[in-house]
Amino acid sequence: MTLSRIAPYLQAAPLTLILAAFLVLPIATIVMVSFWDYDSIQIFPDFVFTNYEETITSPVTWRTYLNTLKYTVIVWAVTLLVGFWVAYYLAFHIRSATMQMVLFLVCTIPFLTSNIIRMISWIPFLGRNGLLNQSLMTMGVIDQPLEFLLFSDFAVVLAMVHLYTLFMVTPIFNTLMRIDRALIEAARDAGASAFQILTNVIIPLAKPGIAIGSIFVVTLVMGDFITVRFMSGGQSASVGLMMANQIALLQYPAAAANAVILLVLVLLLVAAILRIVNIRKEL
Amino acid sequence: MNSEKRGPGFYVLTAFFILFVLFLYGPLSTIFILSFQGPNGGLTFPMNGVSLRWFENLLFEQQAVGDFGGAFSRSLILGLMTMLTTVVVSLLAGLAFRRRFLGSGPLFYLTIASLIVPSILISLGIGLAFNVFGLEPAWYSSGFGAHLTWTLPFGLLIMFAVFNRFNPAYEEAARDLGASPWQTFAHVVLPIILPSLIGVGLFGFTLSYDEFARTLMTSGSFNTLPLEIYGMTTNVTTPVLYALGTVTTLFSMAVILIALATIAVLRKRRARRLAG
Repeated sequence: MTLSRIAPYLQAAPLTLILAAFLVLPIATIVMVSFWDYDSIQIFPDFVFTNYEETITSPVTWRTYLNTLKYTVIVWAVTLLVGFWVAYYLAFHIRSATMQMVLFLVCTIPFLTSNIIRMISWIPFLGRNGLLNQSLMTMGVIDQPLEFLLFSDFAVVLAMVHLYTLFMVTPIFNTLMRIDRALIEAARDAGASAFQILTNVIIPLAKPGIAIGSIFVVTLVMGDFITVRFMSGGQSASVGLMMANQIALLQYPAAAANAVILLVLVLLLVAAILRIVNIRKEL
Repeated sequence: MNSEKRGPGFYVLTAFFILFVLFLYGPLSTIFILSFQGPNGGLTFPMNGVSLRWFENLLFEQQAVGDFGGAFSRSLILGLMTMLTTVVVSLLAGLAFRRRFLGSGPLFYLTIASLIVPSILISLGIGLAFNVFGLEPAWYSSGFGAHLTWTLPFGLLIMFAVFNRFNPAYEEAARDLGASPWQTFAHVVLPIILPSLIGVGLFGFTLSYDEFARTLMTSGSFNTLPLEIYGMTTNVTTPVLYALGTVTTLFSMAVILIALATIAVLRKRRARRLAG
């Protein structure tokens, strides 16, 4: 009897311990180090606010945060649009469950391969002598290669959409599959047009999935640095990239202060999404 | 809905879906083709002949930079460690969450937080924590922990989905027939959820095998494969980069297909046993 009472605690213990050691403790360390002082060779324990002051008062920081938010908004809008219609197609237009599963896996498999390689794979396509420029020139649409395709904001957004759309497709697909088909039937019998069914029945019921997908995409883009560094060729900035650069310069307290600000911002965005949509039913 | 004729919306969305799949796979197929570039070919089209030159170069010759073999075996071992731990820990936690227990709410939110905290924060935090405690970061300690913070939430969410659909009547039947809790678990629960556990394992392995941001500051002095590949992008200018991309992608795909095939076989076997 006592064993069955303590069983859940024993079962939950490994997860709790791992998260305590590798999530809670590291974040506590970041908060602590963000008040430390540093010089060009080392960091030392202290309690100063200079790291925050320098971060917040620097115009570079503001520009970088704005740029990161810009990426977030654009990538969120595009992945939502693409992800919703892909999920909608799979859920409502594919009629056999097997075909649904197969097509869903077709969308999922690239997500399980390396992000770095998926980024590299854009180079032969978008580069100055890449496939796109070559074909456009052969077709006579342009006279000289388009320069903005690679190593630009355009490339960053394209690669992020490529990497992260699946995070939008999966939760939306999940909610769409749970919609009782009788509701759509009823709406149609009551004389609703296809568009009215979409806006009055399907989208409201898909909101939890949209919210979960949005949380994924927003947090991934806000913290991203590798896509920005690689696809912009070092010409654009993001918060993650700024942190990575500070880390490379061993300015850990500055990076830590930045990390705390980023974390607060991300949590505020997530809280805002959760205020608009209640996802609890979904979990 | 199934009895209706296809409307124009179907064809528009089919075209859209095909475009989406092309968008997902198109770039990958270009580096796949270019990895067979001739010995004098460059990083872009046109193909300058067809050869296996770059695969030979990758697999049998000493690279000017990097250590592909070492990085691959480290990533493989780390992936397997992460996979096993993710399966066991998520399964246990999934079982725990079937009942209410003190602190289940906070633990759940902590797990979700692990998913939404940006990777670079985890990387920086673990790196700093090891530094503060005077420990040497290494891929099998700090890197391993960093990967678990990414794979465990996925594992737990899959276990939630599994146990939400799990019919407790099976367990009650086993108990009524006199099975001990352990027997109920081993002979009733485990066989039913086995395909999902393979799914959790697949996630655990592939997410770890491809992880970059969380490994960056936690891998210590030896690179994992994604770090190695990233290093190569800055100083390798031959198609050997694409050959590496092709080899590691084929490896990932093989792992995925083996896992999916195993799940399919298990499902079929179970269906047959239920029918017979």
